[in-house]
Amino acid sequence: MKRYVIVGNGIAAVGVIEGIRSRDIDGAIMVVSEEKYPVYGRPLISYYLEGKTDLAKMNYRPADFYEKNGCRVLYGKRAVALDAEKKTLSLDDGTALPYDELSVATGSRPFVPPFEGLDTVEKKFGFMTLDDATSLESALTPDARVLIVGAGLIGLKCAEGIKDRVGSITVTDLADRVLSSILDADCAGIVQKRLEDNGIAFLLGDSVARFDGGRATMKSGAVVPFDLLVLAVGVRANTELVKNAGGEVNRGIVVDKRMKTSLPSVYAAGDCAEGFDASIGQNRVIAILPNAYLQGRAAGVNMAGGDESRSDAIPMNAIGFFGLHIMTAGAYDGEMSEEKTENGVKRFFIRDGLLRGFILIGATERAGIYTALIREKTPLSSLDFDLTKKVASNLIFSLETRRKKFGSVV
Amino acid sequence: MKRVYVNEEWCLGCHLCEYNCAFANSGMKDMAFALKDKKIFPRIHVEGEDKITFAVSCRHCTDPLCVKSCIAGAISKKDGVVKIDRTKCVGCLTCVLVCPYGALAPGENGTMQKCELCLENACGEPACVTGCPNRAIVYEERGDGE
Repeated sequence: MKRYVIVGNGIAAVGVIEGIRSRDIDGAIMVVSEEKYPVYGRPLISYYLEGKTDLAKMNYRPADFYEKNGCRVLYGKRAVALDAEKKTLSLDDGTALPYDELSVATGSRPFVPPFEGLDTVEKKFGFMTLDDATSLESALTPDARVLIVGAGLIGLKCAEGIKDRVGSITVTDLADRVLSSILDADCAGIVQKRLEDNGIAFLLGDSVARFDGGRATMKSGAVVPFDLLVLAVGVRANTELVKNAGGEVNRGIVVDKRMKTSLPSVYAAGDCAEGFDASIGQNRVIAILPNAYLQGRAAGVNMAGGDESRSDAIPMNAIGFFGLHIMTAGAYDGEMSEEKTENGVKRFFIRDGLLRGFILIGATERAGIYTALIREKTPLSSLDFDLTKKVASNLIFSLETRRKKFGSVV
Repeated sequence: MKRVYVNEEWCLGCHLCEYNCAFANSGMKDMAFALKDKKIFPRIHVEGEDKITFAVSCRHCTDPLCVKSCIAGAISKKDGVVKIDRTKCVGCLTCVLVCPYGALAPGENGTMQKCELCLENACGEPACVTGCPNRAIVYEERGDGE
C-alpha cells in the first residue's frame, strides 16, 4: 500500500487527492494543512466580505470529502523540511512523516516590499486567506478610510468586497493602470472608470515613499491619510521546501508536464509550481484556480502510477467588478482585431493563423468557444472566425465538427 | 446514460425549446403566467441564422472543465449529470470562460445555470425535447461515456 503525503490543503491538494483516488483507492493519504480549515474556495474571500457567500458555502468540497477519500488531515501543522533521499517530511512539531510519493501544494504568500515606516502602521492586512478576510472584516467601520496598495486582481477584488462597509477606498499602484498583468491600457481604462463610478479612488503610477502611522506619503508628494492598510502588491511562490531539499526552483518549483519536480517521487502543483504554459511555450507560474486543480489532478494520477500531462495550460481569468465582467486568456501577441458590441469591447490577438489570446470587457457570452480555439490551437482557416467576433457561436465550425460536438458523447 | 443530442438539419429555429426550458424550470403551473412579457433565462439556446439553426445545451461531458474550474466548488458531476449548486455560485463566470460549447449562462439573479436534463423538476425528462415539434433535439443513449 502506497503512502502519499500532500503538503498544503488548498485547491491543488484536492486535485491531487482526486487524481490519486481515480487510480488507487487503497493508498494512505496524509494532508498537512497549515490553515485550520477544510479546503475552501480561496478567491471567494472578497465575495464573503461582500455578502455574496458565507463561511458554510465557501467549502470547496462537501463536509465528508476527506473521510470519503480516506485522507487524514493534520490541521495547524507546517512542513519544515523534506528529505528526498530518506523520503521523509519533517513537521514543525518534530514528527517525521515517511512517504512513497509526495506532492508539494504550498501555494504562495504575499510579497511585501520593504516600505519605510511600515512597522508604524497599526492596522495592516494581507488579502489571501480566510483568516486575512476575517481579520480585515473585524476592523471594518462605516467611516474607515482604506488604503489598498496594489491594483491587481487581489487588491481590486478586496476593494469591491468592502466598498459598502467602509467610508472611502484609495487604491495605489506603481503601474500606470489597473490590472496591469492582464489588461492593456485601453481596457484597463474602462475597468478603472467602472471602479471610479462606484466610489473607488486611484493613485496610479505612484508608490508609497513612507508610512507614518495613519499617513502614507507618496513618491509624487501626495499624502494619503488612512485608518486601514491592505497590502496586495504581489505574491511569491512558496518554494523553500523543495529548494532546501536541493530541488530545482526558479520563480516557482520547476516541474515537467507530469508535474514532477527534479527530486525523486516529489511532485508540485498549483501556485507554488512553475509548469508548462502553452501560450508562451515555456515554463511559468500560472497562479489561477483552475490550473491549480488541473495540475494537482495530473500530479495525483502520476503519483498513483498513471500518466497524465498538462500540456495545454494557458493563463486565463474571469473577473468582474460592480457588474462589469472581464475575461482574458492566452498571450497578447500578433495582430489585434477589435470588435465593439452593444455591451462592451472584445480584443482578439491573432498570429500565424491562430487565435493567441483575447480580452473581453462586458461582452463575455459563450467565451469558452474562444478559449478552446486558443487551447486546441485550431487553425482559423478551418472555420469562419469573423462570424463569431461579435457573439461567440458554434456556427463557425463545419457541419461535421458540429455533428461531433452535439451528436455524440464528448 | 441518456443525453440531449442535436439533429440540426431538422431545426426550424422556432425557439420553442427555450420557452419550454424556461417554463419547466420556473416551477409554475401556467406557461403564460410564467413567461408572458418576461425576459426568459433558458438553459438551452438556439444558435445560427437563416438556414442553419441548432439548439445548444450542456453536453454533460466525460471530462467536464467547468467542474474542474469552478472557484466555488459549486459544479459537480453525479451519475453522469453535471449539476450546479446555485446557492454556492458567486457568478464569477469562470465556467463560461472554460466551457468549449458555450453551454452555461447566468440566470436572472446573476448566478449560473445550466441544463440538468429536467431530472429534478416536474418534467422528469428534458422539456425541450418533449416540446420540440420536429425532433431536432432528441433524448437518447449514444455510447458509453460517463
